[in-house]
Amino acid sequence: MKRSTFPDPFKKARENKGLGKMNDQNDPVKMVLGHKDVRRCAHNWKTFQSGGEEVGRIVVPSEVHIRDTRQIPFEVDPPEHKSYRDLVEPWFKRPLERDYQIKLTDIVNGVIDEALEKGKLEVVEEFSLKLQSRALTLLLNIPYEESDLWISWGTHVFRSEDTALDGDKANILYDYIDAEIDKAIANPSEDLYSMLLASEVNGKKLTKEEVKGVLILTFAGGRDTVINAVTNSIAYFADYPQSLQRLREEPEILNTAIEELIRYFSPLTQMGRVVTEDTQVCEHAVKSQSRISMCWASANRDERVFENANEVVLDRKINPHLAFGFGTHNCLGATHARQIMKILLTVLTQKVASMEIIDCKENIEDLDEFERKVGFDSIQVKFNKL
Amino acid sequence: MAKITFITSNNETIIAEGTSGSVMELAVKNKVKGIDGDCGGVCSCATCHVHVNEEFWSAVGKPSELESDMLEFDDNVSEYSRLSCQLKVEEVPDGLILKVAK
Repeated sequence: MKRSTFPDPFKKARENKGLGKMNDQNDPVKMVLGHKDVRRCAHNWKTFQSGGEEVGRIVVPSEVHIRDTRQIPFEVDPPEHKSYRDLVEPWFKRPLERDYQIKLTDIVNGVIDEALEKGKLEVVEEFSLKLQSRALTLLLNIPYEESDLWISWGTHVFRSEDTALDGDKANILYDYIDAEIDKAIANPSEDLYSMLLASEVNGKKLTKEEVKGVLILTFAGGRDTVINAVTNSIAYFADYPQSLQRLREEPEILNTAIEELIRYFSPLTQMGRVVTEDTQVCEHAVKSQSRISMCWASANRDERVFENANEVVLDRKINPHLAFGFGTHNCLGATHARQIMKILLTVLTQKVASMEIIDCKENIEDLDEFERKVGFDSIQVKFNKL
Repeated sequence: MAKITFITSNNETIIAEGTSGSVMELAVKNKVKGIDGDCGGVCSCATCHVHVNEEFWSAVGKPSELESDMLEFDDNVSEYSRLSCQLKVEEVPDGLILKVAK
């Protein structure tokens, strides 16, 4: 098995019962595995709720014990959801602007030049984390130098070596955001904090707590996910130099290649919901106030939808993947993430002849019934200049 | 060359002409409100949903099974719904009228 191969651990359960089970901190989750069932649940926000009273419960593993601030618009349901989403949506579409893309290209060139200069490096810490942090300064519209601090936090803002969730580590981020909000109140600028602080939703100014909710979502939602998408793509092109060569020769397949890598790697395995009434999912009873999760990673390997689902097909033309979620709460950062991937792949084809994986340690998620490879804890790669 | 009329949800009319690519790409190029084409046209994001004017429906044709599945759980679906990323400019009838769903 190549090191960039990411097996599908859900196949049997998906085909046999359509559901999996995970006991998460004594708050069990029924994992929905099939493409159509996942879409059906994501669509039905009334029965499968995001904005319940217990903040953090829809995240798997649950963040109920480490977070009190509601993430916005992520943990708000319609109709209130729409006002918040409409407020932030134009800001999160800025990656489509030329000026943003020029700055992002500089950042990508920076990390790739550094990698070529070093020759050998550990990609997670020395490449992906740096790229993700520096790119985030663009999304927040704050000075580039701020990324040095975020890089110093390491790859996991919420995790330590031995536990999936670490309250102390999470507090570093929450305290930091509190302090930044206070700074923006004292000295408003053109950044996301100031834009939010100056905004109104339904005729009321956003509270500090609401601004914090948007920022936590922005920091947390786009960290491990982007790092995994970038790292895993590097691993893939190292394993398949002919694919990198193909992108060089056929730049017109860039878009399908990006969507396919995102489908295949599905950097976010699942997202939960709280059930609001006794109902059924794939003919199994689910109780009101219990939890389900929509397993994007499983849906994206559903062979009823994707031919050769376990292969990376760079020119896959129809690719209804759910890696950015589906429906009301689809990923707010998707435009930013896609732009990172687009520029990363473009610059790789311009500057890198080939890459070799020297050594790696896989990051395996423990989902009780399943074990899923989601990325790498570390991966040493040699970059060769074009 | 096909001339396509887009009618947005706030009743703005945009007439665009194109020779190649998808109808979604033509709409994005002409900044048609409500058509984002986030996924670049691989039928994943459903941000290019349009209602085909009834008169043109038989000429445009029904969605494929996968496209139809994506539409099934979208908002504002009608019997004339299509994802415009799956419509090719060179294959649609000249004068086509599309109403943006979002």
